[in-house]
Amino acid sequence: MIKFNLFVLPFSLGLIYVVYSIVIHYYRWIKSLPAVDKVKLANGLRTPSKVLASLKEIFLEGLIHRKLWKRNPLLGYMHMSFALGWFLLIVMGNLESRIYHGAYINAPYYPIFLKFFIHDRLVLFFEIFTVPAFFRFIMDFLLLFVLSGLGLALIKRKQSQWFGLKRTTNHSFFDRVALSCLWMIFPLRLLAESYTAGYFGGGGGFLTQNLGNLLIKISPGPAESIAYIFWWSYSLALGLFFIMMPYSRYMHIPSELLLIIFRHCGIQPKKWGSSFSDLELHSCSRCGVCIDACQLNFAAGISDIQAIYLIRGQRDQYVPENIAMTCMLCGRCQEACPVGIKVDLLRLIKRREIGSGQVSDFSYLTQSYPGFAEVVYFAGCMSHLTPSIHIAMEGIFREAGVDYLFVDRGGSTCCGRPLMLAGKDKQSNELIEFNKTLIRQTRARLLVTSCPICYKVFREEYNLPIRIQHHSQYILELVREGKIALQSQHRKVVYHDPCDLGRGGNVYDAPRELLRKISDLMPVEKECADALCCGGSLGLMNTTLQKKDEVTRNALQFLLAGNPDILVTACPLCKKTFVKHSKTEVRDIAELVHDAIPGRQIRKIMDPQKAEAAIP
Amino acid sequence: MENSVIVIGGGISGMTAAGMLALQGLSVTLLEKEKETGGHLARWDRLFPDRRKASEVLDFAREGMKRVNLVTGVTVTDISRQGREFTVVINSPIPNPQSPTPDHETVLKARALLLATGFDLFEARKKEEYGYGIYNNVITSADLEDRFKLKKGILTSEGKIPARIGIVHCVGSRDEKVGNLYCSKVCCVTGVKQAIELKEMLPAAEVFNFYMDLRMFDRHFEELYYEAQQKWNVNFIRGRLSECAENPDGSIIVKTEDTLTGKPFKITVDLLVLLTGFVPAGSTGDIAGMLGLVTGTDGFINSADSHIMNNSTDIPGVFVAGAVKGPISIGEAIADARAAAIQLAIYLNSPTPADD
Repeated sequence: MIKFNLFVLPFSLGLIYVVYSIVIHYYRWIKSLPAVDKVKLANGLRTPSKVLASLKEIFLEGLIHRKLWKRNPLLGYMHMSFALGWFLLIVMGNLESRIYHGAYINAPYYPIFLKFFIHDRLVLFFEIFTVPAFFRFIMDFLLLFVLSGLGLALIKRKQSQWFGLKRTTNHSFFDRVALSCLWMIFPLRLLAESYTAGYFGGGGGFLTQNLGNLLIKISPGPAESIAYIFWWSYSLALGLFFIMMPYSRYMHIPSELLLIIFRHCGIQPKKWGSSFSDLELHSCSRCGVCIDACQLNFAAGISDIQAIYLIRGQRDQYVPENIAMTCMLCGRCQEACPVGIKVDLLRLIKRREIGSGQVSDFSYLTQSYPGFAEVVYFAGCMSHLTPSIHIAMEGIFREAGVDYLFVDRGGSTCCGRPLMLAGKDKQSNELIEFNKTLIRQTRARLLVTSCPICYKVFREEYNLPIRIQHHSQYILELVREGKIALQSQHRKVVYHDPCDLGRGGNVYDAPRELLRKISDLMPVEKECADALCCGGSLGLMNTTLQKKDEVTRNALQFLLAGNPDILVTACPLCKKTFVKHSKTEVRDIAELVHDAIPGRQIRKIMDPQKAEAAIP
Repeated sequence: MENSVIVIGGGISGMTAAGMLALQGLSVTLLEKEKETGGHLARWDRLFPDRRKASEVLDFAREGMKRVNLVTGVTVTDISRQGREFTVVINSPIPNPQSPTPDHETVLKARALLLATGFDLFEARKKEEYGYGIYNNVITSADLEDRFKLKKGILTSEGKIPARIGIVHCVGSRDEKVGNLYCSKVCCVTGVKQAIELKEMLPAAEVFNFYMDLRMFDRHFEELYYEAQQKWNVNFIRGRLSECAENPDGSIIVKTEDTLTGKPFKITVDLLVLLTGFVPAGSTGDIAGMLGLVTGTDGFINSADSHIMNNSTDIPGVFVAGAVKGPISIGEAIADARAAAIQLAIYLNSPTPADD
């Protein structure tokens, strides 16, 4: 049996190259892990449950593409047909080649080009149920499966909206070359196998045999030479694809496998970056889901800074500052990413590289002695721009009879998050230390803040030995404990999830439960994890106010579609941002709760326009 | 009605233009949404720079309107154009005793329209950090004029004579954060005028003006600014307010920066006056929508040309006067209204308009 032909060389060389490249990458990613992560990996790989969980996820996400199915069935099918179809072609091809070759070790090219070397005579009718016939059927079926995905991929170029994608990725040169090779591989295999089957009058399945017979009939000529050209082309396409793989987005295929294993072993991305983050960069398939999720794209027309372009730039070790800085860090793309890449962190890592050099002087900050209390209330600097919020909170504290201390009554020292979002962590740490000392001195058991931005950074960076709550959680607890009674005002309200409270703090239910007690809460189109950013984000460092306004107006369209009486949020920054453009009243949840306390001590608020009436 | 004109808006611009048009023998109808004409001017006590009484100016304008058909308490609900004729539908919110339905609709015809819908004062509550509507001793410049008109003295909400008063410039003007990039033009000199008036009434009080720039653009304004400093000892602090807080006694803590010394600046005042700027009137957008008129990104109406056609619009027969095109002082508004009246009369007298 002939087992070699020159045309297998391009494929074989490409395969050797890609395997070598993947091994090198794997070796580097594992070797440069921090020591603690290496231990986690070694332990994880010895734990069968973690290995099984990894394999399950690799199967579901790497082959079936479950998350893409959920997003859009056509998109899911397209990716599944490529991944699962190709995978099964390799597995079944290997099994098939065993029939003709008894050895345990095959040359890798042998199953791939099996039909070049083996061409059975036509099977008789009663032989259909034999093992070779079964394989011929299954291999043709799988090829058709992959080709159906290819067909969809071609349609997607023109009609991406059918696949749930409004805007597709603007691909780089290497990605285009690799993509072209990938698309050529399967049609060339079809033609090569069909011509061969047609020429020999056998060896093909339902697809290749019939197509081969037809091709021979309609284009008489040197069929054997034509087939041979297609075998060469098929091998070249495969070889070139393999060689391009480490330089193109298709590196995500081997990378994601390792990423899934890393994650199941409990390895986390590091604040200043690690090989985990580098692995994440390579695991991005550049599918473009993040572009559609991005409000800067669909509301403000900025379409060149999305996560995919940041990640591609970081992989190529060149990120224009504009890409790193133009982002609201709202977390919507991270929520949508089918690979689960921590995109916001990757962007912050880049910002830290850019912004860490500058120095700031906070020597003017002087510690004062705040006093003691059960509960320490930190309104945050944004709440000082929306005084209705902290006035309402103080009213609630008093009604509930809580021993509280308004620690930043005279003005806040920044919680540090805005500097952190700008990549200035060293400066931000000075502020964090300052506030930590202040809060610790109160000896409180609970820290309550009105600002989700503070809430996020208190939880993630402060390491305080006390409980931390956003006021929506705290008020709900007061209600549950019976410390304040509420009476519904029955006004139609919608709730806007602040980014740092919702996606950033995973607080979705507490504000909604509260609002149901005091008002008629209406649903909105995009909410909870899919909620829109108000556009006021402190993370957006590099754009005009007009673009922010476009984001705000767009978000308001979604929020106010049902004509609510009040737009309720739980963040002073969201409130200030919406007030600028909203014709509907905008209020914080604390204000609404305070209004809903029957018999509350009403603060004498005089309408200044009628103030003269009070003048004697 | 032959040669008829409808003027929309009964502020000083609309009143002046209507009077001028009637003087030329045209049949003029003036529509005003409030019960009384006079607009913002009716609320003002005295005018800069010479502090003459606002009521005198208003009386003059009313005198000129004797031959104008005045319809008040109505809103325009629809406008359409057929050739050189306009149909204006008005809706009176006041129940008409003759009409069985409470909302009485009337259809009016006109050969030309003059839009003089003016401006609204910036809603100071939007600048929540200054505490208007939250802290009792934060008032607007218009509220202060109300008190000047009442002539009962200036007191805090606690009934005390204020020892220190702050006046905040550029509230809702030149402020991207509230979406208004433009200068409201008249607040600077109004702040100086009100500071002097406060010092006249309360010689013992300290008055602080917090400003970014003082744009004393017109004749006698700079002199008024000098007078405020030299004669009345008014303090001028260059710095934009960041936020206000309230003390338990009701006084207001003002946080700002003195940009001339480069230091943060904190001061307690007993009364804080916010110089709220101009925003396009709510009805301007509605009427522009009915007519298909172009507004700028700031919401004010764009005239056909900012130099030589600034009382005309892109629609033949539709003219504009006064603050509907942006911030403007009383004197300028009167001059602009007269110019608009002449332009409109020329249009009506021309037999074949070029662009119709």
